[in-house]
Amino acid sequence: MSDTARKIQVHCEINGRPATLEVYPMARLLDALREQPGLTGTKEGCGEGECGACAIEMNGALVNSCLVPAAQANGAIIRTIEGIADEGHLHAVQQAFLAHGGAQCGICTPGMILAAVNLLSRTAQPTEAEIREGLSGNLCRCTGYTKIFESVVAACRQTRNSA
Amino acid sequence: MRSYVPGYEMQTPRDLSNTLNLLARESGVWKPFAGGTDLMVLLEAGKLPHRKFLNIWDLTELREIQLTPEYVTLGALTTYSDLRRHELLAREFPLLCRAAAETGSIATQNRGTLGGNIANASPAADSPPALLVYDAELELISVRSARWLPYWGFWTGYKQIALRKDELIRAIRLPRQKNTWSHFYCKVGTRRAQAISKVCFAGAARADAGRITDVRIALGSVAPMVLRAIQTEKVLRGEIPTAAIVQRARETLAGEIAPIDDMRSTARYRLRIAQNLLAQFCESIAA
Repeated sequence: MSDTARKIQVHCEINGRPATLEVYPMARLLDALREQPGLTGTKEGCGEGECGACAIEMNGALVNSCLVPAAQANGAIIRTIEGIADEGHLHAVQQAFLAHGGAQCGICTPGMILAAVNLLSRTAQPTEAEIREGLSGNLCRCTGYTKIFESVVAACRQTRNSA
Repeated sequence: MRSYVPGYEMQTPRDLSNTLNLLARESGVWKPFAGGTDLMVLLEAGKLPHRKFLNIWDLTELREIQLTPEYVTLGALTTYSDLRRHELLAREFPLLCRAAAETGSIATQNRGTLGGNIANASPAADSPPALLVYDAELELISVRSARWLPYWGFWTGYKQIALRKDELIRAIRLPRQKNTWSHFYCKVGTRRAQAISKVCFAGAARADAGRITDVRIALGSVAPMVLRAIQTEKVLRGEIPTAAIVQRARETLAGEIAPIDDMRSTARYRLRIAQNLLAQFCESIAA
């Protein structure tokens, strides 16, 4: 197949900083983020929107970056796993994953954390059912999910106590 | 195998009229691209035959939910998350909100649109059964016309719809309910989240002292298109759903649907489940 598309410039904000991506319009945002600013924290799992390993926030909404064409990121505010910690201070969800064994091999972890952080941004004190639903788009083949679930429950407790 | 990305073009039109002009000027060359939850999966699998897309995701005028005393009108870019968050929809059109909640994951619901679900025309889609039960109508617009079509009949065959090449789905309109209906929705899949349905059942009914005065039933994943079970509705309308009536309804449903064996399920299982869901629906009306 011949090249019909030309690369375009996508202007966006990534983790609080302005960024310009030079990409083919239908390139996956996942690849653009990993290859250009080198944000390799976002992982590729299934590449078809089933596993959530590539989850990022786009304008505050959780999305699977493997299903976003780069052209649609123009003007967007993007947050990846690299933008979750605040100047070296881990987010309560990240601390809870450390304390409660929420990560094993690590491939699903960035997506899990993005899903959990996004859930807490929408619902400060989610019910257990809401936590399960919030994580249901993320697959993990190591932990059996219980430790991830417990980590998020602990993060909720932590934020409640510090509020 | 993954598609060759430089071979795919995407343009972002300025506004709606620019979009319609491009669709009309080069008929069939450009296709609208909304949240990408279906098209990007095809791209990744190397199965996206069309090459040129118009990015309509930012056309905010297609993302409004408007209320009048007669209708709720949903812009075609209304996402599943928008549907789930809307209180009036949850009250008056609970099947649609249930369908939205049962579609994919949160990340998919944030990007998947109602118009995209309709245009993709998958017989296994989750929102069409709810839309059929609520007698949805579609607004199709082009540079030369705007027309309303009943959603029922919009489907012309497997993955085929009556959308002209220069047309865009602008909105979906639902007549507001004047009476109290009871609602029943059930999606049967392999797991709770993310699964594509084996059978999807949406039903609504009104009853008076146990007698069904009106009923609407629609099913997904049991035929080349999502369908309204009109004959089955006729069997139930005006009846008290006794065991004999439910049995007759089950038999009628078997004649109306045409399930197949595929990677997700078997024809036999789908038929049995569709009938069992019908029986559950009848029980829920009686309760």
